[in-house]
Amino acid sequence: MKIGVIIKQVPDTETKLKISADQKSVDTTSIKWIINPYDEYALEEAVKFKEKNTAAQTVAFCLGPKSRSSDALRTALALGIDEAVVIDSDSSLDILQTAYVLSEAIKAEGDFTYIFAGRSSIDGNSFAVPQMVAEFLNYATLSCVSKIEYKDTGIIAHKEVEGGSKEVYQVNSPCLISVTKGLNTPRYASLPGIMKAKKKSIKELTAQAFVANFGSASSSLDSLNYPPDRPSGKLFTKDQVADLVQALVNEAKVL
Amino acid sequence: MNTFLFIEAVDGILKRSSLELLTFSQKNKLDASVYVFGSLDSKNKSLVESYGIKTANSISCQGATSLDILTYLKSSNELQKKLIFASSNSFFKEFLPCLAVKHRSAIFTDVVSASLVGDALKIVKPLYAGKLNASYSTNLTNGAIVLFRSNQIPIESAQSSPSCVWSENKVSINSEKVKLIETLKSKSETADLTEANIIVSGGRGLKEAGNFSLLYDLAKTIGATVGASRAVVDAGWVPHEMQVGQTGKTVAPNLYFAIGVSGAIQHLAGMSSSKVIVAINSDANAPIFQKSTYGIVGDLFEVVPKLNNELKKVLGKA
Repeated sequence: MKIGVIIKQVPDTETKLKISADQKSVDTTSIKWIINPYDEYALEEAVKFKEKNTAAQTVAFCLGPKSRSSDALRTALALGIDEAVVIDSDSSLDILQTAYVLSEAIKAEGDFTYIFAGRSSIDGNSFAVPQMVAEFLNYATLSCVSKIEYKDTGIIAHKEVEGGSKEVYQVNSPCLISVTKGLNTPRYASLPGIMKAKKKSIKELTAQAFVANFGSASSSLDSLNYPPDRPSGKLFTKDQVADLVQALVNEAKVL
Repeated sequence: MNTFLFIEAVDGILKRSSLELLTFSQKNKLDASVYVFGSLDSKNKSLVESYGIKTANSISCQGATSLDILTYLKSSNELQKKLIFASSNSFFKEFLPCLAVKHRSAIFTDVVSASLVGDALKIVKPLYAGKLNASYSTNLTNGAIVLFRSNQIPIESAQSSPSCVWSENKVSINSEKVKLIETLKSKSETADLTEANIIVSGGRGLKEAGNFSLLYDLAKTIGATVGASRAVVDAGWVPHEMQVGQTGKTVAPNLYFAIGVSGAIQHLAGMSSSKVIVAINSDANAPIFQKSTYGIVGDLFEVVPKLNNELKKVLGKA
């Protein structure tokens, strides 16, 4: 039985982003790259599954520039993932191409029973790639899952929906499940894990080879902009609460 | 390009976010057809017609899973490679990405503005939870699917004379792969953070979980939804679905209260596009004040009850 995990590298949440001179890309010179926080739950789920099902084989996939994406995969290996596949790419793929390339890389590794991914990445936040990969693979899919119980033919999964409600689904395997906070508590890599991961090899594929079979991008990025600055605010003292309320009602007209 | 609006009915009534789409369509003269997910009462059907809608497909999807709905949509010829607008919520985000794969359409979620320029569609969406905005274009050869973020389009009423042809369809429930077993309803009756008009968020300044009751009291007075910073979610004070920020929910209400929230970059990213921000914090140097429209530097335990009383007076709830 094979378990896949799709991960992505993103700038650390504390990063202040700078737009490059071309107005179309982010200056990456001083960015600290981390594994997308939602993908950490996906990795943890795979590692936990392997602990209970020792015959299972776990494989992590990461699409992105090989030089840095390999670091994310090295971390995945240190956490206990068995194998790692990097799909080398510059960042110019659109969302359809991204999902297609990931699905082809997964197909090339064989049949997976479960594939986990973070519900969204904190950079593009499209909330779409996992579902799209599942569609290309013809796998069942469910997004935003915060609880999983394993059964013989698949899983029982809780999907988080608006307003704090949860929908409980039975999903047959093979399936691709995108996961969210609350599913588990991601572990830290152990020192022996880190040492072992250093010796493991990372399989290398290139996105270009797959994209050639798929076709051109369906959309293009025209420009990046900073959000407009907010005008400086008005301060009140703790004794001017009534003035604040008047401002909300009469000036801002939001109450 | 034929254009479709995917709109939603809850208990017979159009969702607010659907009214935004109808306003958008009317203002841009899209001459769109609508797909209604769920059933509308007659008053709300008239409301749809008032936006100049000529054809409407009312789709009953009671008990259907997203996979059932996807199967239904995939079988539709009229939707093939067309332009589809929907709301960026968990319902549509489950299956519209899959429909985009089927049609090889461009897909954009969390969109804050869109315009048709000749044969091209241009959209703007935030990246990094709003640290940057990105403009994209697509030539619509394969259509496009655009999911609008809530609270982006001021709803306007319309007065077109009704001339709409309604059809009724039903999604068959036959997917074996994904089955809905039950829905665990939240006790909360307020709007979701992503759809709320007013949000009251709390952070570490509240000192302990129990003090969130101050925020719930305030929220009740003004009909707000309560949110939280990552720090207090990680501390286990409140459940994670209340988290606002880059690793939680990105929100854009009309009014956002940040109470005892210092304003970490990742929190600011998630709420900076709120129209009016009110910060209450005892630390005058807290970064949240740089983003706020109004601020009070002071002890929240003193200010918030005062604020609640004052609001009750002004709103006639005292």
